[in-house]
Amino acid sequence: MSEQNKTWLWFHRMGSPAYFYNFAGLLLPWCVIATVILMLIGLIGGLVYAPADYQQGEGFRIIYVHVPSAWMSMFVYMVMAINGAIFLIWHIKLSDIIARSSAVIGASFTFLALATGSIWGKPMWGTWWVWDARLTSELLLLFLYLGYIGLRAAIDDRRVAGKAASILALVGVINIPIIHYSVVWWNTLHQPASISKFDNPSIHIDMLIPLLCMALAFKLFYLCILLINSRSELLEQEKRTQWVKELVTSS
Amino acid sequence: MNPKQKQRLVLVSLLVIGLGTGVSLVLMALNENINLFFTPSQVVAGEVPTNQRFRIGGMVTLNSVEKLDNELTVRFKLNDSAKEVQLEYAGILPDLFREGQGIVAEGKLNEEGIFIADQVLAKHDENYMPPEVAQALEASGSAYYNNEENR
Repeated sequence: MSEQNKTWLWFHRMGSPAYFYNFAGLLLPWCVIATVILMLIGLIGGLVYAPADYQQGEGFRIIYVHVPSAWMSMFVYMVMAINGAIFLIWHIKLSDIIARSSAVIGASFTFLALATGSIWGKPMWGTWWVWDARLTSELLLLFLYLGYIGLRAAIDDRRVAGKAASILALVGVINIPIIHYSVVWWNTLHQPASISKFDNPSIHIDMLIPLLCMALAFKLFYLCILLINSRSELLEQEKRTQWVKELVTSS
Repeated sequence: MNPKQKQRLVLVSLLVIGLGTGVSLVLMALNENINLFFTPSQVVAGEVPTNQRFRIGGMVTLNSVEKLDNELTVRFKLNDSAKEVQLEYAGILPDLFREGQGIVAEGKLNEEGIFIADQVLAKHDENYMPPEVAQALEASGSAYYNNEENR
């Protein structure tokens, strides 16, 4: 069998609800353990061991929540949009479930990024909010998430809701590069990225390591929530199928 | 992939590419309005709206900060390493305000060409380091926050 066929086979098997349900169930405990360990390392490293900043003092430590949430707000949106595209093109139900299960957690990350940024902005910049390109486009991302959630809730037919929401997610994808490059293309109050250049980051290594731990922990946390959410969404959607009936009667 | 799926793939790609092009054109047209502030060079060249509030952003010139007699009013110069503008501000400055630091001020130009600010915000840069490292860098003469090329 050629390499390409193997990939396709895996793709199709993962698309099978029963297989994914079991696979997600096996993966979940490991995910939870890894999240807890990494989150502890990141938090203790960031809040206790990392040195204070030369200008901001202890206040800079909000970075350990702010930056990972901001990264995740964009990452989750990309997951949502790519799964939306897969659902539109190949009609794979599982993709729609992944997209649907991601929306609320993505919106929460976006809200967290905006809120922590605002709390940091008041003492450092001297204002809670300013309408610069970075802040405005991130706020737009929150509205996109809320619109996506609202649109889904407004349509009763699950397939129609999935299609409409996927199109909305794809339309909003254009906002992601705008958020990322806003600090490069325009002048803003928000500072440019500290870690875009990995060979020479603008953040000291003792501060960087806990930050990367937190970023990974946030990613795994998202995975945990995604697995839990999509498993329950799967059961709900597939409640009339044989495998769910067997699952319920056997337990 | 069957023909139906291929057709949908093309449609989805066209949607994203079309929207991308459209939005880029709009953003390019609105470029000036999306910028948060004008630079001192633009102010000196007269590219700023007259008799209207706007924002100016740049570095506080070294050794330019002076307090006027009534304690609260400060005068300082703002530069973008090419041109300089004189600013006047009465109020409490943010913690991160210092010479060599980037700031954004909102206000109006008066007749003498002095920018009367009613709000001053500190623009923090992307450098994060412990105080010892900052001191070592400063001692070696390559201080990040005094070197404009690092910004």
